[in-house]
Amino acid sequence: MKELIVISGKGGTGKTSLMAAFASLSGNKVLCDADVDAADLHLIMSPAVREQHDFQSGRSAVINKDKCTECGLCRDLCRFDAISETYEVNSIACEGCGVCVHFCPEKAIDFPLNTCGQWFKSDTRFGPMVHARLGIAEENSGKLVSLVRKEARSLAMEKGLDLLITDGPPGVGCPVIASIGGASAVLIVTEPTVSGKHDMQRVVQLANFFKVPAMVCVNKFDLNPDVTREIEDFAEQNGLKIMGRIPFDPVFTKAMVNGQTVIEYDDSSQPAKKVKEIWKRILQNID
Amino acid sequence: MIISIASGKGGTGKTTIATNLAASLDSGTQILDCDVEEPNAHLFLNPLLDKTEIITIPVPEVNKDKCSLCGKCAEICQFKAITVIAKTVLTFHELCHSCGGCMEVCPEDAITEVGRELGTLQTGHRDNLKFADGKLKVGEAMAPPLIKKVRSCADPDRTVIIDAPPGTSCPVITAMDNTDFVLLVTEPTPFGLHDLKLAVGAVKILGIPAGLVINRSDMGDDKVHEYAESAGLPILMEIPFDRKIAEAYSRGQLLVDAMPEFKKNFIKLYKRIAQIVNA
Repeated sequence: MKELIVISGKGGTGKTSLMAAFASLSGNKVLCDADVDAADLHLIMSPAVREQHDFQSGRSAVINKDKCTECGLCRDLCRFDAISETYEVNSIACEGCGVCVHFCPEKAIDFPLNTCGQWFKSDTRFGPMVHARLGIAEENSGKLVSLVRKEARSLAMEKGLDLLITDGPPGVGCPVIASIGGASAVLIVTEPTVSGKHDMQRVVQLANFFKVPAMVCVNKFDLNPDVTREIEDFAEQNGLKIMGRIPFDPVFTKAMVNGQTVIEYDDSSQPAKKVKEIWKRILQNID
Repeated sequence: MIISIASGKGGTGKTTIATNLAASLDSGTQILDCDVEEPNAHLFLNPLLDKTEIITIPVPEVNKDKCSLCGKCAEICQFKAITVIAKTVLTFHELCHSCGGCMEVCPEDAITEVGRELGTLQTGHRDNLKFADGKLKVGEAMAPPLIKKVRSCADPDRTVIIDAPPGTSCPVITAMDNTDFVLLVTEPTPFGLHDLKLAVGAVKILGIPAGLVINRSDMGDDKVHEYAESAGLPILMEIPFDRKIAEAYSRGQLLVDAMPEFKKNFIKLYKRIAQIVNA
């Protein structure tokens, strides 16, 4: 089974729009949205949810006021300033380390599991999809990413499908690390801006760090052909495969507003043609 | 006053708004780039850097001579960062959240703390504007402790502008928490609207007043405008799509340098924020 993760470093370069377009071009695959923090793929895929599960991870301290003697030990030990002078736990600041729970002489602190979000198995017009919603202001996004990837893999196995296409999160931190480990390849979608280039270089380092082969494509390339060339030079010097260029075109926004992929919205548009070429090249290059 | 700039969705123009707002205010301003995974403000501000500091977090080191292999450290650790296997204690520093529980619980006093590198903190200035940013080491998962370090540079005598990371989970919460105002930047598209609603949810949990900037305001549909009205979210600025703006951005040029007529819009934006905060 092959697993392609679409990432970018910088947000807003067109990951999800491209990933959705790839979904409409390929057969035999499972779709996965690993950007659990701000998942958007479902806005194009309109999934019919078949299964919904709670995602539980981590714990939070809760002080039982009836038992608490306000001795202050928990406040002294907490390194996250999560316990107020009135012995309320700030659930946002609480790291879930349990140090207060362990040391409370009155056993006055409960430590329940957090429900941090939900994950779903769904059907879409392009095949099955696994996606999730992390609760707002929740932690453990990396663990939820690992979970949706695992579920997507077993769904592919079960249905005898041999390709997984995953929409990854922006950045280079915890959820991205959870998204790319052990994947067949990453496609880095970047844009020809100083920030697009800077962020792409960091995400290339990350892919190298985890030994995942990386491919690159430049979206909105005509906004700055010089930076596009710099990005492609960097890619070449670092042994990355260049998949192609896509012009800046409002057709992507129009397709999104319509809830469609760019291929569905206007198959004959220039960007649609480029996306098809890029997808063909990706399939030839993914091992 | 501390203003944090956030968005939910990436690439909507947070850094553009943060850097141009900071550069438009005459003096007494500071910008903190808290998008430590992908810090970009420096690319537009080109600050003179005075100092680069390596930021570490404390992680346990076990003195094997003192350790009795009792396993209490492994029991208290919620993050599987320390474990006893056969006759050794193993530590996994990259999983450690620095709570100090293992050190506190160890009956043999066998655990001390050493620093583990998370990334760097850079401080500097561009003329009168003070600058700081954090850069997470590539391969490092834990952004919030570094974001807290960048936040700790906030100068209480200045207007502080925070460029927050995208998303709605721990990194962005750490960047927005305890700020006086959250300026949300979005684009009028289905993705922009969906992620804006999540960001508004996060801002509500934190109980911070918020306002909206709509970037590329003529490119998608009307739903963000309709939502802002129904949610009582004031629209403080709109920037229509202009290829000239996109091209200036692509070169790393500040909007207020490429198109100086925008400076008055950013000053007006600041005044409207100050009005809301001081009301």
